[in-house]
Amino acid sequence: MSLEVRIHSRLGSFEIAAEFEAGAGVTALFGHSGSGKTSILKMIAGLVRPQSGRIMAEGRTLFDSDTGTDLAPPKRRIGMVFQDARLFPHMSVGRNLTYGRWAGNRGSGADFRRITELLGIEALLDRYPATLSGGEMQRVAIGRALLADPALLLMDEPLASLDQERKREILPYLEEVRDEMGLPIVYVSHEVDEVARLADTLVLLSDGKVLGSGDAVEMFSKLEFGPALGRHEASSLLSGTISGIDAQYGLCEISLSEENRLFLVSERAQVGDRLRMRVKARDVALSLKAPEGVSVRNVLPATVRDFARDESPFVEIVLDVGGQALRARITRHAFDALGIRPGLPVFAMIKSVAIGQRMLSGRR
Amino acid sequence: MTEGDVTGIVLLSLQVSATAMLFAVPMAFAVAWILARYDFAGKSLLQALVTLPLVMPPVVTGYFLLVLFGFNGFLGRAFRAVGVDFAFRWEGAALAAGVMAFPLLVRPMRLSIETLDRGLEEAAATLGAGRAMRFFTITLPLVLPGVIAGAVLGFAKALGEFGATITFVSNIPGETQTLSLAIYSLLQSPAGDRAAGLLIAISACLAIGSVLISEWVGRRIGQRGRA
Repeated sequence: MSLEVRIHSRLGSFEIAAEFEAGAGVTALFGHSGSGKTSILKMIAGLVRPQSGRIMAEGRTLFDSDTGTDLAPPKRRIGMVFQDARLFPHMSVGRNLTYGRWAGNRGSGADFRRITELLGIEALLDRYPATLSGGEMQRVAIGRALLADPALLLMDEPLASLDQERKREILPYLEEVRDEMGLPIVYVSHEVDEVARLADTLVLLSDGKVLGSGDAVEMFSKLEFGPALGRHEASSLLSGTISGIDAQYGLCEISLSEENRLFLVSERAQVGDRLRMRVKARDVALSLKAPEGVSVRNVLPATVRDFARDESPFVEIVLDVGGQALRARITRHAFDALGIRPGLPVFAMIKSVAIGQRMLSGRR
Repeated sequence: MTEGDVTGIVLLSLQVSATAMLFAVPMAFAVAWILARYDFAGKSLLQALVTLPLVMPPVVTGYFLLVLFGFNGFLGRAFRAVGVDFAFRWEGAALAAGVMAFPLLVRPMRLSIETLDRGLEEAAATLGAGRAMRFFTITLPLVLPGVIAGAVLGFAKALGEFGATITFVSNIPGETQTLSLAIYSLLQSPAGDRAAGLLIAISACLAIGSVLISEWVGRRIGQRGRA
């Protein structure tokens, strides 16, 4: 396990009591603003001191209130990307990037060319931060953290200060970093979209406490976390492999399993790419019989696994599609009329256009 | 008054002011740092003490210097024990100039330390830079415009210091008679108007020169971030 966190801290009336573990890949700390995400990140980096607890990373003790261990931030070898980039204004991009090397005595193991190319910032080296766009600044900040050769990378809502356009520009770079650098990343966010795209592990936070944590795909399929992940955003994550591309119609065929196939619009797909798709529960419709003569291309045979029915007009349902969980939200009226119950075989219909390209993320 | 006299007065004034800044700038930076970064019980007291020379009549400041650093003052005796004598010496003029300029040094320095984004120091720490490295690569370069602005302002103030100097170390030609004191003396004598005019012109030039230099340095440093 690469990161173990058990911290307790009380700041006035706000209490943080969090315990979680993070392995390889991206661990997302997800919660609304004020849930303590950033404070936890700062405690891992050593910028804020918890009152008690223990923080271990890669087998090293960073903080332990029992033994009085409290490594200073420069000694922790933990890279941090801040929401506001925090580039040094009086240094060129090049000097910023190599700061860890010349000022921090770090980063001899990091490959300068590879990282600047990965982030597309080779052409910016002589510029000054004040002349960069928000997206460029954030890419340089990520590069600077990576070049300090960290054992663990912390990212504090790196996209929050950017507009939609810039977010779309940076997300593919973040995926590259995740897939290419082989570095554990702890990613703080309050955007379901980002978490769905990037996270391998999900830690749900609320009021400084951990509501639940585990594999991101499983977490998304659990009904109990619906409210925490946002009613409207309730969705499931499906993974599949691109098995064919229909250039004539601009669609690609994705195999979820041997018998289940989806057709999606995707421009940058290649046969063999692994994909993760986010399907919103409200975009899934159910049918008891195999539908005919409908425009919906994606009809998946499924079995009802679980549901949550209360007095609200909607019912949340979890389906089993070839071993993967798919959430659906239908009206209580339809639920009763169809007689939905666990074990019932149904057909799940998803409109191809409901799975937009931004909900796709590739992984080799 | 000969040409040699004028040169002597100007050089003495520059020596007094430069010496004053040499000691006052680092001390003012330390005080500005403490006021900007720390909260402690006697903070308002320190703040008041630093501002005092600005609001007190200079003659009164000079009197206190005389009491403390004069021939019989306890600080005066302490310094004499280590070989530094202030009483009626140019060193005393430098002390008076430094004390009077102190509030002008502290203010811009404190302001630039307070407005510095501390997040930059945090970022430097996560990149492996220790405390001293962070100070010299991040903090100091970024607060430098404030330090230079303060130093130049203080230097100009030290050049023109009059009241505290004349009270503390008197007006001794060749020892404590700086520009302002010389102008004052010349204006007191019937035939001194012409010579005083020359010194007044020099004073004005030095003052304007200082301000221009500080503007120029400030702009150069400011430009670095936008080049």
